[in-house]
Amino acid sequence: MSEAILTAKNLKRHYEVKGGFLKPDATVRALDGASFTLTPGKTLAVVGESGSGKSTLARVVTMIEPPTEGDLIIGGRKIGPEGASGDRDLRAMVQIVFQDPYGSLNPRQTIGQTLMEPLLLNRPEVSAAERETRARDMLAMVGLRPEHFERYPHMFSGGQRQRVAVARALMLEPKILVLDEPVSALDLSIQSQVLNLLMDLQERMDLAYLFISHDLSVVRHIADEVLVLYLGQPVEIGPKQAIFEAPRHPYTKALLSATPVADPALRKERIKLEGELPSPMNKPQGCSFNPRCWRRQDVCTKVEPELQGQGHCFACHNPIPLDETEAA
Amino acid sequence: MTDSASHPASPASTQKAPPSRLREFWSSFKENRGAVIGLIVFLGFLFVAILAPLLAPYAPDTQYRDAQLVPPFWQEGGSTRFLLGTDAVGRDLLSRLIYGARFSFFIGLLVVTLATSLGVLLGVIAGFAPRWLDTLIMRLMDIVLSFPSLLLALVLVAILGPSLLNAMIAIAIVLQPHFVRLTRAAVLTERSKDYVIAARVAGGRPIRIMFRTVLPNCLAPIIVQAALSFSTAVLDTAALGFLGMGAQPPTPEWGTMLAEAREFILSAWWVVTFPGLCILVTVLAINLMGDGLRDALDPKLKRS
Repeated sequence: MSEAILTAKNLKRHYEVKGGFLKPDATVRALDGASFTLTPGKTLAVVGESGSGKSTLARVVTMIEPPTEGDLIIGGRKIGPEGASGDRDLRAMVQIVFQDPYGSLNPRQTIGQTLMEPLLLNRPEVSAAERETRARDMLAMVGLRPEHFERYPHMFSGGQRQRVAVARALMLEPKILVLDEPVSALDLSIQSQVLNLLMDLQERMDLAYLFISHDLSVVRHIADEVLVLYLGQPVEIGPKQAIFEAPRHPYTKALLSATPVADPALRKERIKLEGELPSPMNKPQGCSFNPRCWRRQDVCTKVEPELQGQGHCFACHNPIPLDETEAA
Repeated sequence: MTDSASHPASPASTQKAPPSRLREFWSSFKENRGAVIGLIVFLGFLFVAILAPLLAPYAPDTQYRDAQLVPPFWQEGGSTRFLLGTDAVGRDLLSRLIYGARFSFFIGLLVVTLATSLGVLLGVIAGFAPRWLDTLIMRLMDIVLSFPSLLLALVLVAILGPSLLNAMIAIAIVLQPHFVRLTRAAVLTERSKDYVIAARVAGGRPIRIMFRTVLPNCLAPIIVQAALSFSTAVLDTAALGFLGMGAQPPTPEWGTMLAEAREFILSAWWVVTFPGLCILVTVLAINLMGDGLRDALDPKLKRS
């Protein structure tokens, strides 16, 4: 296995919320202690329901926001609170593709200008002619035609825009690409095109992907490893195979059982979770999943479980036994 | 399905790229008839202002002592020598009005440029600044806005001394808070969008993001406000001129001409009517044009 390009240790990101009159200030624990590594050529998928801290994780890893606590080590270098400002090489290492292809492209810039901007800002030594050549090459690489170079974003469909967004992210030849739900705003048929493009590019450029999604069928298709987040905390992390076939954490199992399967003959037992995601301002005591868990024990309401296990880790006091998961 | 889409379309239309922004803008602008009329009148005034020395029959400040308060040519006692008559000291009214167009445009352009550039700069800074600076700028603007605009302009002119230039500076200061608020509001909605974050991830410095990434996307409402402010500037300068605080005689500025002619309102209607009409038509034309601009630039108001 090749060496890790990014290591995150106990990453936290908290937001302070001003309380106002007669209300104390509160802390939103959007991301509360995530640890993982990214390896070149491999994809780590991050899954979880809305509000579980997936996008916050993306922003921290992309160095848009500094982590409140914890270490982020990229390419052997520890990232300080100043992020990547003033360091062009570091900036070029991590790039991001956003969820909404309609909001992520500047409507006043042609596709060519959008693609050339990262080079202009980070590689001033590259001549204007060379810049344009590289941008045109990249356009071809993501499957767009040369005449698209001069056009504006409003002339493109969602799938084409997302290709442009991918092309822009790759202009600086990054090592890590953060994909924040890159296909959830697209049609199903376009989704697979973009996913195949992403997998193709990963192979060609040996990229490490941090793939954020709530769509488990997409994750099953693209991921090597899966990290399950619940309320900003990782509850289970492991190889795709292990997570999908033998989930140990009840939340992962519930999440998997909610995935629709295109087989009417197969009647799957769906686990319905009670209640809502608790507020990240006011987390329950002990395991944060305990109010919704059907395997709750006394210890769950008191002691916070630690991630345990090798390779396939999970944070649960009463994990689903292996034989039971295999039966399901 | 693809058949029906590609078949009836002529080869020319499938080859062509989608219409450019400018073409799209023009096609929705020309739907508004009032705006087109406004634009034509505005261009007519602009033409007159540029070619004033060629069009005007006399110099604006030459006095003809033999012809004081001569009525327009169609009235009894009028002659085709002075088409719109003369004022109390025998100056040709038409020539003065033609030269006056120059002043109005000069005033409009300078005031709008001054107010827009200052207002947009402050607005962008307020939109990106930390909270305390934002609050400081916006409360200052609220203070300026809380005065009746003409009153504040009067006070400023009284401090600076009455002249056309000072009147313009005063009006620019009075108009500029509108631009600050408008720009700030637009910046606040734009700056949270993904493309701005993408520009940051691409390595854009704050100044570049403020003025190259965000500002161009905020321009539509600012352009409309600038067009509408043009008429306010002309009107306010005329008002200041009328009160004796703007352009000083013998400058053929329309508002000043009105003030000079005040005492003849009853005896010689033409000396007050024509400058007044000029102001009215110009302001109306610009307002119509500004409304059309807003309809064409603001997609939310587009009638489709």
